[in-house]
Amino acid sequence: MITIETIGQVAEHYDIAVVGAGPAGLAAASRAAELGLSVLLADENPAPGGQIYRAITTTPVTKRAVLGEDYWKGGALVDRLRPTNAAYAPGCTVWSVAPDEAGGFELGLSLGGQARLIAAGQVILATGAQERPFPIPGWTLPGVMTAGAAQIALKASGLVPSGRTVIAGCGPLLYLLAGQLAAAGANIVAVLDTTPRRNWLAAIAAFPGFLRSPYLAKGLKLMAAARGRLPFKTGVTALAAGGSDKLTGVTVTRGGASETIPCDALLLHQGVIPGINLANAAGCAQHFDTVQHCWTPTVDDWFASSIPGIAIAGDGAGIGGAESAALRGEIAALDAARRLGRLSEAERNEKAAPTQAELARSLRGRRFLDLLYRPAPQFLAPPADETIVCRCEEVTAGQIRDTARRLGVTGPNQMKAFLRCGMGPCQGRLCGPTVVELIAQERGVSAEETGYYRLRPPVKPVTLAELAALPPTDAAIKAVVR
Amino acid sequence: MSEARRSADVIVIGGGIHGCSTAMHCAMRGLSVILIEKDHAGRHASGVNAGGVRQLARHVAEIPLSNTSMALWHRIEDLVDDDCGFTSDGQVLVAEDEEDLGNCRARVDDLTLRGFHHEELIDAAELRRLVPAVSDACPGGVVSRRDGAAIPLRATQAFKRKAQSLGADIREGVRVTRVARDGANWRVETDHGAFHSSRIVNAAGAWADRIAADLAEPVPLEVIAPMLMITARMPAFIKPVVILRKRKLSFKQFENGTVLIGGGYLGRAIRDENRTVLDWGKLATNAKTVWDLFPIMRGAPILRAWAGIEARMPDDLPVFGRSARHEGVYHQFGFSAHGFQLGPGAGAVMAEIIATGSSNVPIDGLGIARFAVSAQP
Repeated sequence: MITIETIGQVAEHYDIAVVGAGPAGLAAASRAAELGLSVLLADENPAPGGQIYRAITTTPVTKRAVLGEDYWKGGALVDRLRPTNAAYAPGCTVWSVAPDEAGGFELGLSLGGQARLIAAGQVILATGAQERPFPIPGWTLPGVMTAGAAQIALKASGLVPSGRTVIAGCGPLLYLLAGQLAAAGANIVAVLDTTPRRNWLAAIAAFPGFLRSPYLAKGLKLMAAARGRLPFKTGVTALAAGGSDKLTGVTVTRGGASETIPCDALLLHQGVIPGINLANAAGCAQHFDTVQHCWTPTVDDWFASSIPGIAIAGDGAGIGGAESAALRGEIAALDAARRLGRLSEAERNEKAAPTQAELARSLRGRRFLDLLYRPAPQFLAPPADETIVCRCEEVTAGQIRDTARRLGVTGPNQMKAFLRCGMGPCQGRLCGPTVVELIAQERGVSAEETGYYRLRPPVKPVTLAELAALPPTDAAIKAVVR
Repeated sequence: MSEARRSADVIVIGGGIHGCSTAMHCAMRGLSVILIEKDHAGRHASGVNAGGVRQLARHVAEIPLSNTSMALWHRIEDLVDDDCGFTSDGQVLVAEDEEDLGNCRARVDDLTLRGFHHEELIDAAELRRLVPAVSDACPGGVVSRRDGAAIPLRATQAFKRKAQSLGADIREGVRVTRVARDGANWRVETDHGAFHSSRIVNAAGAWADRIAADLAEPVPLEVIAPMLMITARMPAFIKPVVILRKRKLSFKQFENGTVLIGGGYLGRAIRDENRTVLDWGKLATNAKTVWDLFPIMRGAPILRAWAGIEARMPDDLPVFGRSARHEGVYHQFGFSAHGFQLGPGAGAVMAEIIATGSSNVPIDGLGIARFAVSAQP
């Protein structure tokens, strides 16, 4: 592993560029490098691991029990990459991926305040998951953050929220985080479970699969540990964060009755969804996954997207968890090697077979979790008009409903022109799913029919100075020299 | 607006600002209209352009249409019941050096002789007053004070909605596959069945050459993808839209502080996939021009870059007016990356020509006959 420290050390061309150094990216880069391909592994974070294994090589948390045994498995993924020749670029943002005229791809990179265009024959996007937006009244108040953000602070810096902490939402990660924070010494005054009770009806048909699932034992342990120690409240049907200039409490509705719990920190989480921005901006086709209830890039069995040469591995192409992500990265790398002529189809198939079997096993029971922890409609499309949906441009649910109804706006791309939702620096990461939900609800059509934002590069902001100083590419220089 | 409606006085092909405006003005004149759009109104060039509402620096052949349009922009809310985000803070062409300023002077003199007075030569002091942030090296320029900008998709959709409210039948998501003569009528075949009318308007933008080819009036239309980028919010520092002559740049700060940077640099258009690919090398050149002229912008984060799919003619002038071959066929396309401002006026003039047979607004030099095979040397 060659660690890249400045943008000048990045080569002009790689066989494969892998974006994201979580489990999928680490596995893909390792496998590709082991096959003798030149590999760039670019990652925004200062250290490898992605979200699930964030700071695995640098975390100040030394008591292994705090983060749980699963977390420490991430170390092996990094250890596998170390002996290879892969170039690993931490702190490197990939802001654009686009087909070039030579049949490969041009990537826009930014590292240490300098931008650069490079070429790659194949691209594997391993950009992982993001938390599903959780728009409730008051969620923009200081003191309210996502559970994932709290987990980042814990893993990267060993920090826990100070004061009385309330955790609210649903999904397996909620229980995991509650357990981790409690073990790290947080003062958790309530865990508010928003899982709709009727989800059991939909999920029960998938229960037999879950019984054979690797999640089962792990999940039961997590749940039991959290429930045993923490003040759980289930059947939550409405939430509102209160306070004037900062959070002072959360109002909870259960069984038709409301109460306000005073608190200093509110951590929200209702599951994760694929982080699709880079894939979408690169032009990869996507569809609405009705089981996971989110937009997902469309991929084949080898995780190849609709654009030949771009594969999407890991949770970025559908939520499957860390173990499956690494396996998917592995499979995507084998197929990329086949596309580059390094492996024949038969060789690829042979090498992939055991990994594919393992992948199938690792995904068993997923459907049950997806159906059980699907957020309630009122937490996907906020009923209160004043709830802010687009935080960048401060657009409310009421404005979106009104514009959809009054102006006959049929999709989120048109909505942008009227309300600017999705036009801020986050490019809709925090509002896209909610805007789609609101428009679909207003028009009485599906999310699929409503569509999603067409996203534009740069997927992450680049400064004008960086862009102005962009060195001419090799291809451009050659064109002049000739 | 019954779903079963298959014929009308006029069929407009294309739901960009031109198609929508023509449909609306036809409906205002009491004609029945069907507008057929393969995506949604304003999906391409009309919805994603820079939004410049500019009379400044136009080719003389376009000035009458542009003037007609400008009068409509200044009462746009009365016309379409939506202000379209239109603001009028002028547009300024900045001369980068004395030679450049000399060209500006010659241009303004020429317009004056022709009887047009919307462009005004300005010196360094007036330039600094209008655009305080511009680099000190610039000696002056030209201003067109009634110019401004609007929000493109919002404006296009406002025309669509107004047309609808006047009874026009807007069919979005319907793709025209062929246009053919059918007795005294024109038959417009689509992926949702055929439509009939005695009069059709080809306002199909970057796809208009295909309609023209069906009508045996082939045109050398180039499909282009002009690129734009926008920054995060910056402190307010500029009111008018700024354009350059020598180096390519158009530059506009919106009320919310974001700055739109364009200049006509082209990406790659893949029109059959509704897709464009950006050329970051050219956007870097574009950024360098801003870096030179507006030091205040150097640290601005670029949030998004994009390109629309647009038609350009070899002479950079639109194809506007009656068909050279057929009765009942009208062309309105090829605006070559400067058609947004023309939309309201061109629709009014086109509707007048359709309804009355002629218009007082001169459109000489814009006809499709200039591309007829026999007219080539």
